[in-house]
Amino acid sequence: MTFLSIERVSKYFPLQDGTTGWTGRQEGFCVFRDIDLRIDRGEFVTLIGHSGCGKSTLLNIIAGFEQASAGGVILDGKEVTAPGLDRMVVFQSFALMPWLSAFDNVRLAVRAAHLQWDKANVRDETQRYLDMMGLKGSEYKKPAFLSGGMRQRVGLARAFAVHPKVLLLDEPFAQIDALTRGVIQEELVRMWTVMQHTVFMVTHDVDEALLLSDRIALMTNGPEARLAETVEVNIPRPRSRETMIDTTEYTRLRNHILHFLLRGSHVFAARELSPD
Amino acid sequence: MDTALQLPKAPGGWQSVMISLVLLGGFVAVWHLATRQPTFDPRGLSPLQLQQMEFNGDIVRTDNGQYSYNPEKARGLPGPWAVIMTAVEEFSSPFHKRGTNDHGIGHLIRYTVVRFAAGFLAASVVAILIGVVIGLSRTLYRALNPFIQVLKPISPLAWMPLLLYTVRHPTWTAILVVFLASLWPTVANSAFGVSTIRKDYLQVASLLQLSWFHRLVKVVLPAAAPAIVAGLRISFGSALVAVVPAEMLLGELGVGYLTWIEWNNLHIAGILFAILVIGAVGVALDAGFNRLARLVTYPE
Repeated sequence: MTFLSIERVSKYFPLQDGTTGWTGRQEGFCVFRDIDLRIDRGEFVTLIGHSGCGKSTLLNIIAGFEQASAGGVILDGKEVTAPGLDRMVVFQSFALMPWLSAFDNVRLAVRAAHLQWDKANVRDETQRYLDMMGLKGSEYKKPAFLSGGMRQRVGLARAFAVHPKVLLLDEPFAQIDALTRGVIQEELVRMWTVMQHTVFMVTHDVDEALLLSDRIALMTNGPEARLAETVEVNIPRPRSRETMIDTTEYTRLRNHILHFLLRGSHVFAARELSPD
Repeated sequence: MDTALQLPKAPGGWQSVMISLVLLGGFVAVWHLATRQPTFDPRGLSPLQLQQMEFNGDIVRTDNGQYSYNPEKARGLPGPWAVIMTAVEEFSSPFHKRGTNDHGIGHLIRYTVVRFAAGFLAASVVAILIGVVIGLSRTLYRALNPFIQVLKPISPLAWMPLLLYTVRHPTWTAILVVFLASLWPTVANSAFGVSTIRKDYLQVASLLQLSWFHRLVKVVLPAAAPAIVAGLRISFGSALVAVVPAEMLLGELGVGYLTWIEWNNLHIAGILFAILVIGAVGVALDAGFNRLARLVTYPE
């Protein structure tokens, strides 16, 4: 059953000088066109593409930060027009308020999600999610005094604590060192298994996508990027880095995606964009 | 031997202190030598001439019957000792009130600090309000910017005659001059701080559906606080600069006007003392300000 539906979404940016683009269309510079993607409830879908293909723009449209130039996004039967508590974003930049402690960052979200709760309830819920993300003992530190990995744990705790319908992950581990990244990814899998969230993630890390996703959508290079294909990840869960890399499915998918990224994305784009 | 493992020593604070002390000592020594009074040489002067000079008060007879220059009529700048003596005298009676103009240094400092604080605090409130409003609204920013650009370069002292004419009270005029001196940097910096808040903080606020008021109080103001404080710091300096001439021109008692009183008395050591007091008051106010500023700024 489709829960989150991205329907023929296109994004154009107005050209700087106000003239029409090289495509000759009025709308200006085309980032991507006619993106169609259906995500089921509880499904983890990842979008992979080279930087500049507009994958973060698509995520921003789902979040409601930006408007689609054409097409639309429907979540649980309602069209998305503005940001809301039903979609929480985990940012590449963490987006933690540096003047608030880890605890207060999460509490801000818990309080916003439960306006009628009293202080004690809010505090307990906040502590619960911080503990879940392994932040016990670091609650009262300001983000500046936390490592990148710890900061993103706070970001994840904040996102989970709101109980959103969809979790939007915007290259959430890109700024975290490789060793910590693996640990947090596995924690994310664990949380996701328990909470059964619907997740839409954007990344350019193939291993990350394979470890976490049920399906991976491949995006061609921009401008005028398209969705090339979606691949099912049939690696049995629970997955871990260690067991996953020995499966033939992993090798097959990884090669397939890497081939696409190294060559296919250009070929596809060139074929689609050629004038004849 | 593990000397190789020793970290380079952190630069010691005492080295800076030593250099400061050496500079101060050198300055005072040069000051002392440059302002040494010449010794009076009576050779070649007739007793009549000496008598006339004594009558004029240029020279005085000392205890041992010799003539020397009158210390009350010192030429050139007074030396450090004269300034120290003035300071000792002023601080020995800090809270006296003799007549309209002769108030103790403690009172004078208080007058200046109160005048400064009233103008600066009022201006800060108004400036932050204007700055935040125009920082939030591009339209209002564009609408108000021409006025700000014209008003900003006007010296606060230029308003003084008009203010005196309208408020008809030197006390309030002095406070308003300080107010005008500390307005614009805070307006400009608050607007800048609010309009350049990192986009992802605002995105989080919109995801969490914070109300307009909560967004302002929980996100916008704290995020802009470092920029606002930077503006306040510039305003602070410019207000401190404006308070001295305002006192002088208006004849309002304070440490700024003290320089002018001493000039009228031709008491040059008193002028130097008053200048040093202005510096000391500035340092004290600045230290208080920094303590407040530390509360609202955050490490990135």
